[in-house]
Amino acid sequence: MSIQRPERIFTGTAASPGIVAGRLRLHARRRASQIAAGSPVEEALRLDRALSAAAARLDQLNRTVDEAARGILEFQIALIEDDELVEPVRRAIASGAPAPQAWRESLDGQVADYEAAPDANFRARSADLADLRDRVLDLLTGAREAENDAPPNGEEANIYVGEDLSPSRFLEIDWGRYGGGALLSGSANGHVAILARARGVPLVVGLGSAELMGGADAILDAEEGRLIQDPVRLTRDIFDRRMTTRRVTAAAEAEFLPLPAVTRGGTRIAVAINVDEPSIVDNIDPAHCDGIGLTRTEFMFYSPAGWPDEQKQYDIYARLIAWAKGRPVTIRTLDAGGDKPISGLTPEGETNPFLGLRGIRLSLARPEVFRVQLTALARAAFLGPLKVMLPMVTVPREIEETRRLLRAAIEELERAGKPAAMPSLGMMVEVPAAALNVALFEVEFFSIGSNDLVQYVTATSRDCAAVGALHNPLDPAVLELIGRVVAHGAATGREVGLCGDMASDSRYLPVLLGLGLRSISVAPARLAKVKAEIARHG
Amino acid sequence: MNVESAAEGSALITHGIGLHARPSVKLTKLAKTFTSAIHLRGEGVVDWVDAKSIVRVMGLKLREGSTVHFRAHGPDAPAAIDALVGLVKRDFDEHSAA
Repeated sequence: MSIQRPERIFTGTAASPGIVAGRLRLHARRRASQIAAGSPVEEALRLDRALSAAAARLDQLNRTVDEAARGILEFQIALIEDDELVEPVRRAIASGAPAPQAWRESLDGQVADYEAAPDANFRARSADLADLRDRVLDLLTGAREAENDAPPNGEEANIYVGEDLSPSRFLEIDWGRYGGGALLSGSANGHVAILARARGVPLVVGLGSAELMGGADAILDAEEGRLIQDPVRLTRDIFDRRMTTRRVTAAAEAEFLPLPAVTRGGTRIAVAINVDEPSIVDNIDPAHCDGIGLTRTEFMFYSPAGWPDEQKQYDIYARLIAWAKGRPVTIRTLDAGGDKPISGLTPEGETNPFLGLRGIRLSLARPEVFRVQLTALARAAFLGPLKVMLPMVTVPREIEETRRLLRAAIEELERAGKPAAMPSLGMMVEVPAAALNVALFEVEFFSIGSNDLVQYVTATSRDCAAVGALHNPLDPAVLELIGRVVAHGAATGREVGLCGDMASDSRYLPVLLGLGLRSISVAPARLAKVKAEIARHG
Repeated sequence: MNVESAAEGSALITHGIGLHARPSVKLTKLAKTFTSAIHLRGEGVVDWVDAKSIVRVMGLKLREGSTVHFRAHGPDAPAAIDALVGLVKRDFDEHSAA
């Protein structure tokens, strides 16, 4: 029997709600072990072993990624199989360099070469080379977590503990084996948080330099943003009760999942889902929602296989339309910039990216990229009810320019004999100027982006704790603008929806319904909860 | 008897963002299915590079609108050229009718 460690509580930020009790599984990168450099022959063997381990892992990963992401890792696999890449490393090893040093220096040179490319598409590939460099380097130095140390999918719950996660790494993890995640760094508003919320994976971020013990019993409290290591009996009992309450509530809410959302007073509310990575819809019954209210297309651009071309985009849109079975599918055009930089596309060195070239502004400034997306959308519009939504619209001219580009894309497709149709064109209302001037915009629908609207109206950043009290979605100025847009929609017969976090927050949803909002879009994991809340309203 | 042959061919790159990662992977994979030595070069560039090396092919950084030249030496040289030119002309099979 080991000595009982005292209970310790580490504080971070809740990024995706939930409570999990389980064992901590540390995936924080260990420091590179000091493996003494061997003879050139030994170092060459070490390199070969690391390369074949990396190739095997990439191959394995490539077979598990979904249809839409097929081919994502093939570039890295091709690189690792290429003698041209490995030969200079072998030569350096033969002349006495230790394998890690030889590998790093050679790959650094390749990365720098891609970074210097004049073409943004090639520049963006430097990230893949850097990823491959680090993957092999970690294998050479023993720094990477063993890839197969995921715990068995047994009775016991596990908590994933890591330094930070990239969106692709988050998607790579089998969350069926972990009840939740705890990250030492990370942001509650980052993309990983969005992915976790959409999938209902409890996540606490920003635990700082918490001294966590692998294998220790712990409770992940992703409601309060805490991790309790070695909880004492009393703590355990408290959480057991909370988890029981949550289970009972979740079971009660689940009753509402297959039903249309209707308030107590009988008002039908459209509840659609927000989609990030398209594979998320595979586990959702389309009959449980009123279509897709927001598709974040930025995620397509993070693929290591390069920016999505027209066919790849079309395939993704077509897949969503097929899934929805006649329900409306809303695709938001690329919303890069702000907190969503895309290497080679978004400008670097902006002093205030949130007030810079982002959303529709960036798309119109990069018509060669925008045209590809609009062409894919025009083709997809032929397949079913497609709604195209423009982010960060400030003035009517941005709508007109987009409509012109869309028409040109359709004409070109028709000339080429390809089927195309004009999708329904709408805009996000997140810039205060657009909310104030809403009557000036010739669009078919409006969708209030409450996250950015709150940020711009109150002039507070979402992730600045010091001004957190001012960042209030219920600020009368915010509600005034939402009310205006809803009233304009009602007066002109245009649909007004809301697709921000406000819609799935029980503190705000009743207020929104009170303002007359009749259409919302929420993370798939929140569908049942939101429908249950609507049923209690009014 | 050793049946050695040589063949050459060229094609215009119409792919929207040029010979980037995905098309390059397809090209090198196809090249590797032939036993002939296959090389390619970009428009106005003297150096021929190994068509079976992703590092070399991507290293050309060929963009849309430029012409790529192939040459092959070996038993299946003509078939290799036909296949590679065909791949580029078909836009790397990325714009097939849905």
